[in-house]
Amino acid sequence: MKILVVDDEKDIQTLFEQRFRKEIRDGSIQFAFAFSGEDALAYLNGHEAVLILSDINMPGMSGLELLSHIKHMYLKPPPVVMMITAYGDAENFNTAKQLGADDFLTKPVDFNLLKEKLKLIH
Amino acid sequence: MFLELLLALFIFRYLRRSPQAAHLLPKWNKYFQVGMILSIGLLALSFAAPAKLISGWLADLILLALLYVAWTRKEFQPLKSMTYAVMPIILLASISDLVKLISKSFYNDYDNYFQTAQLFAVIWLIALWMMTKKQRKALEIERQKALEKEKQYAISESMKAALEVQVAERTAALTAQKEELQQTVNELKSTQAQLIQSEKMASLGELTAGIAHEIQNPLNFVNNFSEVNTELIAEMKDALDKGDLEEAKAIAADINANEQKINHHGKRADAIVKGMLQHSRSSSGQKEPTDINALADEYLRLAYHGLRAKDKMFNATMKTEFDESIKEVKVIPQDMGRVILNLITNAFYAVAERKKMLAASKEGTAADASVPNEYIPTVTVSTKKMGNKILICVKDNGNGIPAQVLDKIFQPFFTTKPTGEGTGLGLSMSYDIVTKSHGGELKVETKENKGLPGEESGTVFTIQIPAQ
Repeated sequence: MKILVVDDEKDIQTLFEQRFRKEIRDGSIQFAFAFSGEDALAYLNGHEAVLILSDINMPGMSGLELLSHIKHMYLKPPPVVMMITAYGDAENFNTAKQLGADDFLTKPVDFNLLKEKLKLIH
Repeated sequence: MFLELLLALFIFRYLRRSPQAAHLLPKWNKYFQVGMILSIGLLALSFAAPAKLISGWLADLILLALLYVAWTRKEFQPLKSMTYAVMPIILLASISDLVKLISKSFYNDYDNYFQTAQLFAVIWLIALWMMTKKQRKALEIERQKALEKEKQYAISESMKAALEVQVAERTAALTAQKEELQQTVNELKSTQAQLIQSEKMASLGELTAGIAHEIQNPLNFVNNFSEVNTELIAEMKDALDKGDLEEAKAIAADINANEQKINHHGKRADAIVKGMLQHSRSSSGQKEPTDINALADEYLRLAYHGLRAKDKMFNATMKTEFDESIKEVKVIPQDMGRVILNLITNAFYAVAERKKMLAASKEGTAADASVPNEYIPTVTVSTKKMGNKILICVKDNGNGIPAQVLDKIFQPFFTTKPTGEGTGLGLSMSYDIVTKSHGGELKVETKENKGLPGEESGTVFTIQIPAQ
């Protein structure tokens, strides 16, 4: 499974790589990282990713905009998009859902919960 | 004889009728009346020969008595000049009568002289009479003038009194008004203090969402890296048990790197909380050496995330151009932070407005949603050291400020935001903080968007403070 993680925080890469080091080692999950919505779109032009985890609050293109672009670009089958945000409020949740987000996670990210969710997608 | 009695009659008449003698009447009228009746009686008697002598003497006595009274009584003082006119006749008549009584022959011998003297006395009387009459007239005119003046004086006095009453009334009214105004000013002052507090709270509210985001991000790392480390330590133990020292060392290096990240993000959260506390705390008013670049960067992030929390679809490009040669500058950090936050919030508001406007105008043309807008909302915060001055610029590419409101933007309570969204105190407070507390200047340059395609517009606010 190929996962693209989009966040403006660079340390997110180290965190994911360590959190998923077993999965990376046994080859069950491959990660790609993008540090802005624009980077993510550029990456998706040349590559395919099954799951995209995106932060909502980023300078420039926001996670929600990225979400709407992705859901427009890939008509069939659109990749699974999970939104991650520091704001766990209902309004954010609803907006993300409306735009087609498949799931919604809040920061700090519970990686055990995330892994559970990934298993279900598998 | 006739002459004396006629004179007496005339004098009594004069005393009872003349305005100059009017003041004597209450006390003397009855004497004047008696004198007059007496004189008339004597005049009648004088036609009878035997009484002639007595009536002549009585006439002399009456006249002498009159003279005496006029000379000795104070109240007759104003009539004294009249006595000079009649005195020669009276005295001459009395003397000639006396001479007649003592020596009739002597009188007869010098009859001519007495007659002449009498004639002169009469002329004297008439002349003096005329003169006093003339003087009287002049005096009367003077008196009338004086009376007129007195009247005018009285009028002006009464007017003065009326005016004084009016002045007193007005003064009382003005004093009451002044007190009322003073009270209004006091009320306004307390309202202003409350508004300043609520402005602080409003900007704190704007910050809260930003702060939540800013804290959750470091916490995400702190929590997860520490959990990772727990796992790594277990793995390291396994590796050591297996005797795989290489693996154990590699894991230890990872743990160490993670520990540093935990520390870094912990400090980041700490700085954010401190900044928030600093913002909500009332200003100490103390200038402290402050890293202006860090202050500007911190508030830029907070303002951005705050706005982002409120408006999900909002986004903007943040640019920073910091002059690294600026070390620490002495400012009141809470206050200067508030100014920077206010300018940045305004800048974000301006670019958001322009984006909304463009989106609204494009709605009808059914633009492809996947194509990003060519308008990139951008807010740039830059610092610069120029000689002994520090410049902090907040630039946006929004719609600019219309010329007709440009000179009002620093006025308290002026706002272009919809009711309830802005207190209208942000810029006026900022202006006071920069100019009064820091001896600096707050300037604005703007280019209004006139709606022409491809036209550049936007606003730059520049804080200029002394470097020392």
